[in-house]
Amino acid sequence: MARSMTITEKILAAHCGRDSVQPGEIVNVKLDLIVCHEVTTPPAIKMMAQIGVSKVFDPTKIVVTPDHFVPNKDIQTAELTKELHRWVKEQGIERYHQLGDHGICHALVPEQGYILPGMTAVCGDSHTTTLGAFGAFASGIGSTDLAAALATGELWFRVPETLRFNVKGKLPHGVYAKDLILYIISKTGVDGARYCTMEYHGSAITAMSMESRLTICNMAVEAGGKSGIMEADKVTAKYLKKRTTQPYTVFQSDAGAHYKDVYEIDASVLEPMVALPSLPSNGRFIGEVTKIAIDQAYIGSCTNARIEDLREAARIMKNRHVAPGVKAIVVPATSGVWRQALREGLFDIFADAGCVISTATCGACLGGHMGVLGKGEVCISTTNRNFVGRMGHPEAQVYLASPATVAASAIAGRIADPRDYMEKPLPRRGEKEVLVGVAEGDRRPQEDYLWGV
Amino acid sequence: MGSVMRGRAHVYSRAHINTDEIIPARYLNTHDHAELAKHAMEDIDPEFVSRVQPGDFVVAGEDFGCGSSREHAVWALRSAGIQCVIAANYARIFFRNSLNNGFLAVECPGIVDKITSGDEIEVDLEKGTIRNVTRGTEEAFLPLTPFVKEMLAAGGLLPYIARRHGLEYTPAPPVPRLDVKLSQLMPAGR
Ligand code: SF4
Repeated sequence: MARSMTITEKILAAHCGRDSVQPGEIVNVKLDLIVCHEVTTPPAIKMMAQIGVSKVFDPTKIVVTPDHFVPNKDIQTAELTKELHRWVKEQGIERYHQLGDHGICHALVPEQGYILPGMTAVCGDSHTTTLGAFGAFASGIGSTDLAAALATGELWFRVPETLRFNVKGKLPHGVYAKDLILYIISKTGVDGARYCTMEYHGSAITAMSMESRLTICNMAVEAGGKSGIMEADKVTAKYLKKRTTQPYTVFQSDAGAHYKDVYEIDASVLEPMVALPSLPSNGRFIGEVTKIAIDQAYIGSCTNARIEDLREAARIMKNRHVAPGVKAIVVPATSGVWRQALREGLFDIFADAGCVISTATCGACLGGHMGVLGKGEVCISTTNRNFVGRMGHPEAQVYLASPATVAASAIAGRIADPRDYMEKPLPRRGEKEVLVGVAEGDRRPQEDYLWGV
Repeated sequence: MGSVMRGRAHVYSRAHINTDEIIPARYLNTHDHAELAKHAMEDIDPEFVSRVQPGDFVVAGEDFGCGSSREHAVWALRSAGIQCVIAANYARIFFRNSLNNGFLAVECPGIVDKITSGDEIEVDLEKGTIRNVTRGTEEAFLPLTPFVKEMLAAGGLLPYIARRHGLEYTPAPPVPRLDVKLSQLMPAGR
């Protein structure tokens, strides 16, 4: 019998033709999904030519979207998307999301049903960890890796040790997945999960929507992690049922699996969190930080700009106005989210409140465009990194928080507790789920999926 | 001896020097190595590029290269003339990218206390040591694993997989050369 393994070890073993693998081993892993965007893919295209490979190993396993600097912010980024476009056509890649249908890749891929439990997925981008929320192994890589992956369909990995997080209890009113992950990173530090995978369990996780789970796994890399992962369950199955008919395999950690460390967390005692400049691990409960005046409030990124995030922000902004002098910027994560927000009337709320609304893009999250910060400016943001220079000038200051906290801060003109802007506990359950990013006619019928292993 | 590298140290003793500091995202609109090199370490040390000499070392604290997956960080440092980074330890994607580029990143806990900017240092790959020539002290770095050696000896991931898959590898236009042959790390014929 194979040794007891974690979900990550099982997925890696299944993809390198072995019965079992152990942390520390270097294994060559077959890839199920490769996601490409315009920043790290063009160098990889050049590198493929260096090894004389003119065709990708399998165009059906590749998804492409421009996201970082869309719409093109200058001549150089126009050249990058142009090259990406040329290459997609040359390679015959069908899952290509051009401007208007585009989105931040880590938000677009789940929304389109491209990531499935049990898969191995890579992307030339560190927040690929997001996709682990589906019970998949997903990790960020560089351009050379990407070239090798595109050319051969496989890649070397060191089997990571696993840190287990048992999160019990119910998140209190006004406290969200973002607050939980900022809390966790404040405990692990920005390198506490270095080379490891972060595996999440517990009633607080199983009670979460897929979108919230994505927020948690998104920030694994902010703790230094190689990946974040959650076992697929009924919530996952329900989410996927509406988006794909592809079969998949659900892996689960064995009871006797070995963990490098186990963290026990009680979600019910948490409060809204804010990570102070300039590390994501500088998380504090909101009570310690509410006097700080802000110049900008930014709601965007692959962490927190899905439809549920925009709804939370809109609930707080409804019938209110952004404080004088504050720039409030809303950047939906994908074109699908953008259209859905428009239909739900969220844009009316944001516009009436004095926000500007952008197309889906990484934008100012990485100091690209759409709200880059000047010297000394203070921004509260729903993004994932507040490093020196991340959103613009090295002397700008970035505070990280949930969409609700950012919205409340925009209204207050200073960092504010979202609970002060919510009269009564919000209806969290039984809310009608809307299918984002898939046109009505495209909805696919249900098909049986593999459940087991 | 081909396995000894010598150069001056540029020390950044803080932990968690991230890729936004190594090469700010505002320069990611290009992947031209020479262009990236002009902005290496710009936000943390604006003088870095004017001070650095080919063959120099970056010496840093823990978790060097954390943050984004941009390989541009490795390209910028190498093209600026850095032949090797020595840090207490690395964020995983930076380490991976270094290895994939055949660029040497060695681990040596506590190294920032042993070296001051401007010190002349010597890294001996065979002996596994870092000698501070200026101070006359010597440290051992963590041994390179067989896999790391194999990858470095191949010259990085592209030549490595080219060999595995029977493909022909054409190197990119030259970047500033190391004065040490990493191929000497491995016995011939591997
Ligand atoms: S939104 Fe920000 S963190 Fe996410 S992929 Fe884009 S740049 Fe990276």
